[in-house]
Amino acid sequence: MSVQTPAPSGILNAVDPALLVRIHLTMVRIRHFEQRAIELFMAGELPGFLHSCLGQEAVPAGVCAALREDDYITSTHRGHGHVIAKGLRFDRMMAELYGRTTGYCKGKGGSMHIADFSQGVLGANGIVGAGVPIATGAALSAQMRRTGQVVAAFFGDGATSQGAFHEAANLAAVWNLPIVYVCENNHYAVSTPVSRQMRINSVAQRAAAYGFPGVTVDGNDPLAVYEAARAAVERARSGGGPTLLECRTYRWMGHYIGDPATYRPAEEVAWWKERDPLATFERKLSELSICSQQEIERVHEQVRAELEAAVEFARQSPVPAPEDALTDLPQ
Amino acid sequence: MSQLYYRQAIRDALREEMHRDGRVFLLGLDIGRFGGTYKATQGLWEEFGDERVRDTPLSEAAIAGVAVGAAMTGMRPVAEIMYMDFITIALDQIANQAAKLTYMCGGQARIPVVFRTQEGAGRSSAAQHAQSLEAWVAHIPGLKVVLPATPYDAKGLLKSAIRDDSPVVFIEHKLLYGVKGEVPDEEYLIPFGQARIVRQGTDVTIVALSRMVMKALEAAEELAREGISVEVVDPRTVVPLDLETILASVEKTGRLIVTHEAYTRCGVGAEIAIQVVENGLHALKRPPRRVCGRNVPIPFAPVMENYVIPQVADLVKSVRELVS
Repeated sequence: MSVQTPAPSGILNAVDPALLVRIHLTMVRIRHFEQRAIELFMAGELPGFLHSCLGQEAVPAGVCAALREDDYITSTHRGHGHVIAKGLRFDRMMAELYGRTTGYCKGKGGSMHIADFSQGVLGANGIVGAGVPIATGAALSAQMRRTGQVVAAFFGDGATSQGAFHEAANLAAVWNLPIVYVCENNHYAVSTPVSRQMRINSVAQRAAAYGFPGVTVDGNDPLAVYEAARAAVERARSGGGPTLLECRTYRWMGHYIGDPATYRPAEEVAWWKERDPLATFERKLSELSICSQQEIERVHEQVRAELEAAVEFARQSPVPAPEDALTDLPQ
Repeated sequence: MSQLYYRQAIRDALREEMHRDGRVFLLGLDIGRFGGTYKATQGLWEEFGDERVRDTPLSEAAIAGVAVGAAMTGMRPVAEIMYMDFITIALDQIANQAAKLTYMCGGQARIPVVFRTQEGAGRSSAAQHAQSLEAWVAHIPGLKVVLPATPYDAKGLLKSAIRDDSPVVFIEHKLLYGVKGEVPDEEYLIPFGQARIVRQGTDVTIVALSRMVMKALEAAEELAREGISVEVVDPRTVVPLDLETILASVEKTGRLIVTHEAYTRCGVGAEIAIQVVENGLHALKRPPRRVCGRNVPIPFAPVMENYVIPQVADLVKSVRELVS
């Protein structure tokens, strides 16, 4: 397994341009995948639910850029961005959304449960908060096997009200486990705003209760996320224990596609959309002459082409036989 | 052969497997320095240390979930849930996670985890420390469910559970820890899905789980004096279930009683009875019967507790009625 050399620290212009390009590519991949998935879902091609992470692209892109290839992540019901950022392929993801045999989970998991153990993706969980203890267990395993691996557990603001989150975070502190708890605070648990979920001003404050650092960053700025994640990952890898990293962001769509999200004021949505993480980052890349407009457009084109090929792959892939439902149980 | 207590058999299985495989480790509340609430892990912390005998905070969801995550990534944890009643707090991690993740991800995950716990009434532990909840886990596809009734079975089945590559719920009985039995000195394993015919008989088959095996044997002894011959079958694992052995017994006797401490309604006994009806109705001379826990919470006062949990006398009465 290849080991990524740590990126130099510092502000935007001090960061390795190749890393910036990579983070950008990841964000573009997430953006297009999510937009296309919504279209396909609205056209009735995809069964089930679809929870879009449009608008939240900077968090997984920044966090996963700070991880090694053999590090682990756990994901959530809103998980496409996490697994794309960890390196999963469009074609097998799309095939999973279509419920085809070529999907990552052979059509048994769907949009909410994409996993690829070979890439360190330990699954996306449909039970809010449930991935947190599992991630913590993977961190224990890494510590006991002395592999130097780190775990990034992704979850939302809502998950931090679950007992499983508190139990696992406390245990990770007691055992000093190599884990980064990444809270994507998109300000709503389904329809309930953070202000009606907790009395504290930031999710990061919860870390004080366990005795490890809690950090809040602008979750729409991939470099702020990356810098904070890199520090937390280094801390974890060097035996410093867990960190809670709160990334403030916003989901552009409702909780699921089809949710009219009338619980959110239009001005609030507009305010966040003006702070589009991808467009903002592209402006910076262009201003600093890291990428030209043309180069940026070429990235979009390449990603769109790859995505269309993935959609075709999924459409052409075999539908499972009904009795395939009886395979893949634990033996 | 040695005479060992059930708790010693459990401990020996854990110790042997920990010596055999460095990936095996234990986690749970009070299992280390304290040696376990029922002393089933006594001495293991002294022998293996903090890293492999891990005392945890009082956090059942984390105990179970951390075990799942560690199992997915190359370890072989044995997690202890101190009382099966407390499994409620860990149930998401056991029933929604451990049981399903392999299937949900198309077979990619291997989750070699054992959830050890103990159940059972009989010492006035009342409604939240005495339930027998094997039906809850047996209901969920993806979990194996083991209920050893003797020291011999406890050791051989626990070693198999630890070597199994999928999630196993291993349910001990709190009133069996102090029971002694013969255990071979040499290593042995007991495969899952093999019932044991504990006593041979010709008139009635009693399929008994966990501590009810002992009560069924007492009932059989008493009934033998009246000339009624009872066969006692212990499935040992309810998932997978050895229906073949049960059916063969019913073919011989034509009468079936299933008995467990767990609540009668929707209990494992109902499942066993219907499987016998579906597959062996021709052999049944009488409808099968359940002699199981009454459908009320377990009460505290001994006289009430004894009333809601099946006793030897209940089995004797039921057998007499079946053969009359």
